[in-house]
Amino acid sequence: MRVRIASKHIPLLATAAVLITLYLGGCLAYSNFFSLRVLVALFGDNAFLGIAAVGATFVILSGGIDLSVGSLVAFTSTLIAVLVQRGVHPLAAIGLALACGSLFGAGMGALIQRYRLPSFLVTLAGMFLARGLGFVVHPQSLGIKHPFYLETVARDLALPLGGRLHLPFTASCFVLTLAAGLYLAHHTRFGRAVYALGDDSEAANLMGLPVARTRIAVYTLAGLCSALAGVVFTFYTQSGNPASCVGFELDAIAAVVIGGTLLSGGVGFVGGTAMGVLILGLIQSLITFHGTLNTWWTRIAVGLLLLFFLALQNVVVAASRRRAASVQ
Amino acid sequence: MRPDSAQARRREALARLIWPVAALALLLAFNLLFTERFFHIEVRDGHLYGTPIDILNHGSKVMLLALGMTLVIATAGVDLSVGAVMAIAGAVAAQLVHRPGMGFWPAVCAALFVALLAGVWNGVLVAYFRVQPIVATLVLMVAGRGVAQLLTDGQIITFTDERLVFLGNGHLLGLPFPVTLVAATLLVAALLARRTALGLFIEAVGDNETAARLAGIDARGVKFATYACAGLCAGLAGLVAASNIKCADSNHAGLFLELDAILAVVIGGTALTGGRFYLVGSLVGALLIQTLTTTLYMRDVSADVAPVPKALVVVAVCLLQAPAFRAELARLIGRRPA
Repeated sequence: MRVRIASKHIPLLATAAVLITLYLGGCLAYSNFFSLRVLVALFGDNAFLGIAAVGATFVILSGGIDLSVGSLVAFTSTLIAVLVQRGVHPLAAIGLALACGSLFGAGMGALIQRYRLPSFLVTLAGMFLARGLGFVVHPQSLGIKHPFYLETVARDLALPLGGRLHLPFTASCFVLTLAAGLYLAHHTRFGRAVYALGDDSEAANLMGLPVARTRIAVYTLAGLCSALAGVVFTFYTQSGNPASCVGFELDAIAAVVIGGTLLSGGVGFVGGTAMGVLILGLIQSLITFHGTLNTWWTRIAVGLLLLFFLALQNVVVAASRRRAASVQ
Repeated sequence: MRPDSAQARRREALARLIWPVAALALLLAFNLLFTERFFHIEVRDGHLYGTPIDILNHGSKVMLLALGMTLVIATAGVDLSVGAVMAIAGAVAAQLVHRPGMGFWPAVCAALFVALLAGVWNGVLVAYFRVQPIVATLVLMVAGRGVAQLLTDGQIITFTDERLVFLGNGHLLGLPFPVTLVAATLLVAALLARRTALGLFIEAVGDNETAARLAGIDARGVKFATYACAGLCAGLAGLVAASNIKCADSNHAGLFLELDAILAVVIGGTALTGGRFYLVGSLVGALLIQTLTTTLYMRDVSADVAPVPKALVVVAVCLLQAPAFRAELARLIGRRPA
């Protein structure tokens, strides 16, 4: 029996191929690359990017875009750091930060839905607002020195992987968010409504899908994911910084596009985004392993990868259109 | 189009200008009343100095970008790469100007040529490969800054060439030279857009690409040309930015200016969905953004917090222009007993 591959899966397969090639290439080129330690670091170091990218995937699937991600990460991390310094228990601070992020996202979603404003502009304003508010909360980087951070998160919540290796809690957060995202996108009514909305919001409306509620929920979810990324950022750096994560939203969007999601909405996979995040992380660690390459090569490599996937999607979309035409 | 359309569109353009001009006037009135020495202008060595002049001078980069961006947005596109292109243009000029056998003109021409190439690259991707504008220009936005850093080897390249320094710091007729550059660019853009059919073509493509193509317009060519123009404008802005600080700083030159430029265009009345465009409106939008920034600095608001009021202005202007919000507002006011 011939295995038929649906055309929408081709970008996903290409993403997987690039991921595997990069990883194998790294293993062949550097003797230390093939180790669990590198793999664990890959997940741990890119955890907050991954979490934000899962949120961005939903927004892009719904046909919108979210530019506020980086600022929101910076804002929530600063908020947590300040609250903890004032004596609030970290768990309460984290809860408050998550609520703030969700509310922020919901506000942007409401503006976009109710007044038909372009998501590009509203989230751009959100980006300015969150960046400024971060500096209002605290003007510079602030360390978090609370036993919850120094002991519970850093030591007790890390999963032992045998030997002296531990899976950091940040990586667990990433994996859990990813699992939740996968479930939400592919196994719930909400997920199906998001796909329908991105494909054709007019048609989704005529089908009786709750377009308004879904769109606002998507931006709320993205806000929640950004805030969660901010929380994980504080776990990772044990500090909050209002100036951090500038341009971070572009990394998230790049990961989504490399993961095979069309920016026009309606087509894409949360799993692809996870692979996109790992590809970005692999490029970073390959350049670090090489040692002599400068960091700006990362940007050029990411740009080239984006271009490659754009070309691929172009070919796939054109081919499926031709097939649809020939059927008629 | 109706025969009296020239008059009608002039009237419409004026109506569109009202909101940004009113906002700008409001801001200036506030400064007149509450900010000391805001309108103080003095003449030194035949040059004008003062806060309003500073606003014109510092706003010139966004104004240059906004002119090119207006044309792109009119075709229902967007160019995210202009900030990175500014960095590239500055890097090329700074690297070449002191090379033996080079000098001012070759360096400037090379910088503008590279910026044009960047625009051409975007244009080819969007017009001929039909990549979504946001994504197509995102590629260069991400990679372009890397290229600029590659060109300068990650260093900040300083230069002392007098004519290159003049671009951003010199004066012509008492006004800072960048203002002259903006005026010249506006003149060229307005002549091309309003005295030839090109402007009509751009609006037709932005309004309905299929209809424009069926009407015999080379829609792809028009789109391509607007991205090339945006690249060229970004090149000019990049030269001014580098000249201002007498060096090419690939990390920070033009950082986030693409967002300011897009904002200026939208505030000026051109919709992100394409169609009618307003070049002067975009300039007013850019001036509004710069006046707001300068006002905040003069009132001792920290540069870090400045984005907050900016965001509020963006939302307010966008809401005022949104038909859904206006309808709601009209209902709200109408319901109130008179």
